[in-house]
Amino acid sequence: MTKSELVEAVAKNRDVSKNQAESVVNCIFDAMLAALEHGEGIELRGFGTFSVRKYNAYNGRNPKSGKVVSVPEKRLPFFRVGKTLKALLNSE
Amino acid sequence: MTKAELIDSVYEKVGGFSRKESAEIVEEVFMIMKEVLANGSKVKISGFGNFVVRDKQQRVGRNPQTGRPIEISARRVLTFKPSQVLKEVLNPDRTEEDVGENTLSAF
Repeated sequence: MTKSELVEAVAKNRDVSKNQAESVVNCIFDAMLAALEHGEGIELRGFGTFSVRKYNAYNGRNPKSGKVVSVPEKRLPFFRVGKTLKALLNSE
Repeated sequence: MTKAELIDSVYEKVGGFSRKESAEIVEEVFMIMKEVLANGSKVKISGFGNFVVRDKQQRVGRNPQTGRPIEISARRVLTFKPSQVLKEVLNPDRTEEDVGENTLSAF
């Protein structure tokens, strides 16, 4: 499912226009992106949690050439699936 | 950030919805995503990231406390792959090359 398919499904299920549904979906992911940008975690009951992890700089290798490359420090988002969704995934 | 704050953002920024309707529509978004993932399909949110369901085969692991081998059953796990945009937002001082897909830093 893509974002536009999600928008269509929301519009249909809630009986709102596609434009409104699109604004809602964009608003949600914009707000989540902003929270992560500020280093803030996101807790969505039943779905999962997002946090930002900081990684120190390290020397890695290019797996193809074997050459040593220095990887600068970075921040990456980390998602942990919630209990309800985890159970749903394995419910068959 | 919690779901309540997301609902507030939708209520304040989107407009046209009561607080109750804002709550219902935010719930609906995550409900649909959960259903799609429960079916084993992925959800791709451009500009944010992809939620991908992966099938893990049964394997033998170890109880880290006793060192005894135990069987880990086959299961489905959900992984989140952040988009390039999200990675760049989190690392504003880095060049595009640094966060590029084809470099090590992509891991």
